[in-house]
Formats: sequence, structure tokens, C-alpha cells
Amino acid sequence: MHKKILSAGLFGVGLFAIVGATMAADAHIRTIASTCMSCHGPDGKSKSAMPTLAGLDKTYFVTQMKAFKSGQRPASVMHRHAQGYTDQEIEKMGEYFAALK
Amino acid sequence: MNFNRRDFLTAGAAIAVAHSMPGCASVGGNAAPHVVVVGAGYGGATCAKYIRKWDPKIKVTVIEPNDKFVSCPISNWVLGGLKTMADITHSYDTLIKKYNLNWVKDTVIGIDVDKRTVRTAGGQTIAYDRLVLAPGIEVRTDTIEGYKEAYAAQKVVHAWKAGPETALLRKQLEAMPDGGVFVMSVPMAPYRCPPGPYERVCMVASYFKKHKPKSKIILLDGNQDVASKPALFKWAWKTYYDGMIDYRPNNAPKKVDHKTMTVSTEFDDVKGDVLNVVPIQRAGEVTALAGARNDSNKVWCVVDFVTFESTTAKNVHIIGDSVLSNHPKSGHMATNHAKVCASAIVELLNGRQPDPVPVVANTCYSAVSETTAGHVATVFRYNPEKKQWDAQPGGGASAQGDEINFVFNWAWAESIWAEVLS
Repeated sequence: MHKKILSAGLFGVGLFAIVGATMAADAHIRTIASTCMSCHGPDGKSKSAMPTLAGLDKTYFVTQMKAFKSGQRPASVMHRHAQGYTDQEIEKMGEYFAALK
Repeated sequence: MNFNRRDFLTAGAAIAVAHSMPGCASVGGNAAPHVVVVGAGYGGATCAKYIRKWDPKIKVTVIEPNDKFVSCPISNWVLGGLKTMADITHSYDTLIKKYNLNWVKDTVIGIDVDKRTVRTAGGQTIAYDRLVLAPGIEVRTDTIEGYKEAYAAQKVVHAWKAGPETALLRKQLEAMPDGGVFVMSVPMAPYRCPPGPYERVCMVASYFKKHKPKSKIILLDGNQDVASKPALFKWAWKTYYDGMIDYRPNNAPKKVDHKTMTVSTEFDDVKGDVLNVVPIQRAGEVTALAGARNDSNKVWCVVDFVTFESTTAKNVHIIGDSVLSNHPKSGHMATNHAKVCASAIVELLNGRQPDPVPVVANTCYSAVSETTAGHVATVFRYNPEKKQWDAQPGGGASAQGDEINFVFNWAWAESIWAEVLS
């Protein structure tokens, strides 16, 4: 992802755009992931009946989110959330939470 | 304190700073940038935390007059007797220590947008590079005749900011005789916590059903219909409290008389034993000090949703209930405004571009009985062309309450309190 943006940037745009684009991509997922923590606990570690997200296997996270999105996995509320994110965002969120220890 | 030299400012980033923040001279030097956050509710506390979490080089000062965080969400449960004031009252100590915040217990009484300073009631003048205003709402007690007198006498309170008024309203309900009448009014939308009034009625009804079953509730609604989760609440009123709740839409209160305990609408005078009149609202007072209550009616604050910076007051960011948007004015949403704003401030102060298309989500539970609740949840994606948020597919509300949503309602509260305050 980073490499793609960087190489795309090198062709046409200047340094400013590269810095902007790479950081914005990180900030986008970092902020989305932080919004999950309101229910799933600070740093993705649950403080309640909600499941912990920190350290979840990426494939498991992505599979479950896609199952919520399609309706294949029944949910009380997650089907509403899962439909709001792109598949790419779900992949990146999976990476983010897998790396959170 | 953690105020390091800003040695991360490379030549390229310095140029970017110059591009994105004209006139922000003090930030380009060696001094650590300083963000002042006014208000430590859901929005302000979260914003302060996340600025420090995502960039410990930024110094953060929080100005908050209250000693403790008292949660509006779950305060209706206190009115119903499901929880106590202690359950919704939380310390700021962990937040302050963990994120090394400069904490000022005071009230802002002046803002100089050009000099970038705030002035406090305690006599301090504090300079900032960026200012975050998270004051919540100002309740317009001046818009209903007789309200100020009734309010000053503590006979009629709104309890729309959780705290002593919540405790007082609970006492009034406890003191009410069986067979009494509870009159509540709902302000015209937009107001803080759209489902709040209807949840409150459910909680009070649940208390009456158990302890004062002959009592009645009259709900005077300034709106033409239940303004949030209508199917859920109408289902609950019919299922659990049939015959107890008299719902009257298009009935905004015009006058309150605490001596005769009467609320008057355009149509009639309504007498009650306990009156809970919730007036219309506008952006918190402090936003007016920055000239930022700038929508066409001078009621709410217009912001750039990429940064939550005011469209009129430069370097002043506004988050939460005070903002004009298509978001519900919820505590949950305030924390998400805070996270987008914190991220943008961190990016800007580091000479980078903020995320141009932020995505946030609202999740809001309402209890409808002692064991059941429902939710509304929506993901909002910023649309830069429209300069507004697009509600994403899949969002919506429960049509009925159930026990699993009640479990998650309380789990939500425990989670978000931990998230905001630690």
C-alpha cells in the first residue's frame, strides 16, 4: 500500500503530495480503528461484555466483518457497522488490530 | 512534562507547515506546539487524550470547571432507579496522569482569535497554537416564560446536563405520590441526545409501574412525531406501559408556572406533580466568545469536517453537540468528532495533510425497560464534494427492545467511559 502510493507519487507529483498522501492513508485507518474502541475498549482491549479486538488474527477479523456485511453472520448491531466500510478498509483494520498487542 | 524540541520537522515538512498554516509563526520554531481544549466531556476529554497519544510532543492543556465527569448517557437509568449517581460519575485522575495533561479547573470567559489566547474566570491568560472547543449545549431557559424563576427556585429542572439536576429530578420523582402526574417536554430538534426524552419517559414509567402504578406521564413534544427510534419507543410504550403515557406531539411549552406547577402550550394548561421541561438548545456559550456560532440562525457552529476547524474562527476547532451537521448530537458522536479532530491537529502540527475523507460511526442504545433496550447505529462517510456526511447503507434502529441490546447498552457505557477517561 505504502509502496504503491509512493511510486505513484514519484511519477507525477512533488514531495509535498507524497508526504500528504502517505500520512493521510495511515491517519484514515488509525482514526477508524480508534472509533471501534468506544465499544471494544481502549487500545482494542475490552472492558465489558464486548469482544476484544487487539491481537485478533487478521484473516479471522476480515472474514467476520465480511460475514456481518453480507448478513451471513447474525448480529445485534455489527451488521449495521460492517456495511459502512469498504473491503479495503476492513483489510487495513484487520492488519491494524492484529498488530495491536 | 514531555515537551521535546520539534526536531522531527524536516525541511520538506516545514514547507508543508508553511503551506497549510499561514500565519502560524510560533509553531515553526523550537517550542512544542500547544493545544488548549475547553471542556472535558465525551468530546473534549477524548480529543485531549488522542492528541497526546498520537503525538506526545504536542503540549495539551484542558480547561474544565467540574471536578468529575458525569455521564449524560445512563443518567436516565438513574432517574428510573436502575443505577445511582455514583455509577455515572467518574474521576479525571487516570486521564490526566496517563496522558500528562496540563489540567486547569476554570471557566473560559474570553477568546482572542487573532492573538490566539483564552482568558479564564480565574484570571489566567493562556496562549494556544490550536484551540478545541467542546462545550456541549447551552440550554435556552430564556425561551420559555417563567422558566428562569422556576429553575432558580429548583422547582423545575431540565436535567439535560447530567449532575445535580439529575439527582434532584430523581428525588422529585421519589417524593411524588402514587397517582401523581409527571409532565415532560421535548424541545424542537436538533437537540442533545435525540432518543433521550423518550428513553427518559420509559425509565420513569418503569419506576412508576413498579412503585407508583396509578401515576400518569404526559409527554409534550415540540416535534410532530417521536424524533428518534420512533418504532422502538412506540412499541415499548404499548408493550410495557399501556395507558400510562399520554403522548402529545406538536405541543411545545410556552410558559411554566412553578407556583401552580403548570406547563402551558399554545393549546392548553397542563398541571403536574413533577415537571421536567427541556428547553431548546444552541451551541455552548464559549463558541460565541470565538465568534464561531455562525450558522444562518447563529445557533450552531459551521466547521470544516476534515479538521473540525470553524469556518470563521481560524485555528479554533469545534467538536460534539455544538456542531451543525447531520450527525445526531450524541456523546458517542462527540468522541468520534474528537478523534477526527485530534488526528487532523496532529497531522497539521506535523506539517502533513489530514485525512481528506474521514469515516465515523454512531452507536446509541436506549433502555426501554429494566431488562430491554434497542439501538441505532450508522456509519457516516465524509463527502468532500457535498461538504457533508453520507450515511452509509446498513444504518438504522431496532424496531423493538430485547435483552441482548440491554446487555450491550451497559457494556457500551463501561467501554466508552474507559475509552474516554483512560
